[in-house]
Amino acid sequence: MKAERRRKLSEWLVTLPSFLWLLLLFLVPTALVFAIMFKPATPYGGIGEGWTLATLRTLGNPNYPAIVARTLWLSVAATALCILLATPMGYYMARVSPARRRLVLLLVILPFWTSFLVRIFAWKVLLHPEGMLKHGLVLLGLIAPETSLLYNAYAVLLVMVYTELPFAILPIYAASEKFDFRLIEAAKDLGATSFLAFRKIFLPGIRVGLLTAFLMVFIPSLGSYVIPDIVGGPTSEMIGNKIAQRTFVDRNLPHAAGLSALLTVAVLIPMVAITALRRKESPKDALREEGV
Amino acid sequence: MRKILAAETSGSGVRKRRTQRPVSEFLVFEDVSKHYGAVKAVDHVSLTVKQGEFFSLLGPSGCGKTTLLRILAGFEQPDTGRVLLGGEDVTDLPPYERKVNTIFQSYALFPHLSVWDNIAFGLKVAKRPKREIKDEVARMLTLIQMEDQAWKKPDQISGGQKQRVAIARALVNKPRVLLLDEPLAALDLKLRQRMLIELDLIHDEVGITFLYVTHDQGEAMSLSDRIAVMKLGKIEQLGTPAEIYEAPRSSFVAAFIGDTNFFDGTVAEPLEKNSVLDGFLSVAVDKDYSRLKIEDFPDLECFNDKQIKEGEHVFLSIRPEKLRISRERPEPGPHLNVIEGRVEDVIYLGSQTKYWVRTGDYRISVIRQHSRFLLDEKPIRWGERVWVSWHADDGFMLEKYSEQDENLIQLPPEEVGETTESNQILVRAPAAGAVPAGAAGR
Repeated sequence: MKAERRRKLSEWLVTLPSFLWLLLLFLVPTALVFAIMFKPATPYGGIGEGWTLATLRTLGNPNYPAIVARTLWLSVAATALCILLATPMGYYMARVSPARRRLVLLLVILPFWTSFLVRIFAWKVLLHPEGMLKHGLVLLGLIAPETSLLYNAYAVLLVMVYTELPFAILPIYAASEKFDFRLIEAAKDLGATSFLAFRKIFLPGIRVGLLTAFLMVFIPSLGSYVIPDIVGGPTSEMIGNKIAQRTFVDRNLPHAAGLSALLTVAVLIPMVAITALRRKESPKDALREEGV
Repeated sequence: MRKILAAETSGSGVRKRRTQRPVSEFLVFEDVSKHYGAVKAVDHVSLTVKQGEFFSLLGPSGCGKTTLLRILAGFEQPDTGRVLLGGEDVTDLPPYERKVNTIFQSYALFPHLSVWDNIAFGLKVAKRPKREIKDEVARMLTLIQMEDQAWKKPDQISGGQKQRVAIARALVNKPRVLLLDEPLAALDLKLRQRMLIELDLIHDEVGITFLYVTHDQGEAMSLSDRIAVMKLGKIEQLGTPAEIYEAPRSSFVAAFIGDTNFFDGTVAEPLEKNSVLDGFLSVAVDKDYSRLKIEDFPDLECFNDKQIKEGEHVFLSIRPEKLRISRERPEPGPHLNVIEGRVEDVIYLGSQTKYWVRTGDYRISVIRQHSRFLLDEKPIRWGERVWVSWHADDGFMLEKYSEQDENLIQLPPEEVGETTESNQILVRAPAAGAVPAGAAGR
């Protein structure tokens, strides 16, 4: 009994720092955001006394659903594109010679050596109406001269994919590197074509990497505001832009908190749903599904 | 395993193949070569396997046996030559279009699929009807006696069970050839021995051709109908296990499979009728035997089936268990060779004792089976003067000799491991008192 209690105690002591960290830096701030939502705003950007539901009512503003929808579809599209590009990349990186692999890995993380903002401004230059890319595409007859490459949702999507891609490649590469490629041979030996082996054996084999890549890209995408601010236009505003606008321009912290809470709930609902579904799907149920 | 037999005979299809007339040229490798850079993994190999045969490719690592198997499976393209399966050229077919299945050394079970789904994989890929998949998988689960483990994942079952699932996963597709790539290498000794028996039974039951790759001569000997011994990408010798063991053609085969002694000498005149040999050697009666002059030895007799001419240099291989060791000089007999020496090392191995006897430059290894209760005898000890004798038929003249192959011969323990430790064994081993009565094998 004594040994048991001691083991429990040491377990607690070991996990205590991370608990405190989570509590002080994640849970408390999140709770504060939710609390501020119910406070009145003062004209000078402060938080007033008492409680109010005024902010909650403004969330019903017909502008918001469109912005939330746009935020969601841009994030989903960016995540999908990133994973679609990163999976073959991860497969390739796991298969090439170690020397080549080191080089490719270096190239993948090379962009991080340049400031995030500088890279986005570089895209602005690239996509500029007077930029080389535009002129080239017009010359090739691929786009009409009046088309704008900048200040629309597609520009935002492009730069989001560009920015987030390494965060998808790295976890997928890490999972692919651990993948036992003899399983692919085994699948082919059992009659599967290369594509089928990839789909039925490789993809399930790296599912942890895929899931990590999804979270690493999707969640930051939802909160992005710098990219739509710089390369996007009024029609490609995301919820992050609105939060920034409420904070810095309107100086209305309760409004900003309300939008933040909305975003948090939007992220939490699917995640809680997925977790709940997973827990329900115990191994035995999965077997029964097979019908044996 | 009785269960397996029952399950198999009730099953359809598979068993019929056995009644088919064996096609003698079922699987043919024709002048197949494969290079990796400058390394010749497989060097112009031609090989024919009969239908239903248990055929082994045996050799040390890097001899090309696995490459040959991978060429048949379709994972490697040969640089030259072609592969024929049932008369059809399969050289350029991708792996998934070949009617062969492989059991990999690592088993390569799909970790995210259950035992059931692993076995069903090939059938599902082939888009067979659901009903049939269910029946076939159930039949296989009975064959490997794992009906109650069908829904476990590969990481929830033992090594031996993984092995059996791998076998079932391959066999369920009814391949024309089952390829086994060192399937037992990852198992411990006890399990390996059990799986050996199971593999043998399964082969008897399903009757399909097995191509078995191994570096373990014991596995190859006990399972195979025929063995191809490979070295440096070439087939060194091909034959039944007994042929390969008893009549090795080269020093490599002699030393790689089992243990042996090598002697080199010069062929002297054949022994004509009534020619009397001096001293202890016998009277020869047959000209199939030649006299052999070996440095430091009295003239020996040797069976000369290869008609090697007088004056030629030959190498002789004699298996340790064919030699007899005794304190007294054996009675001279027909074709009996006798030499004198001093025991240099002894290891007691329970069912047998291994001696190394020094004569001149030679250190001869001799194995003595304990057919009688050892404790009643006075065992031969280290340092004793002994006589080693053998029948002339038991020495085998080699066609090919390479000095390197002497490294494959088993050495006395003191030259392998720690001197002090093995010396202790040597001192203790021959002492009768140290032998537990139960181990002596009365």
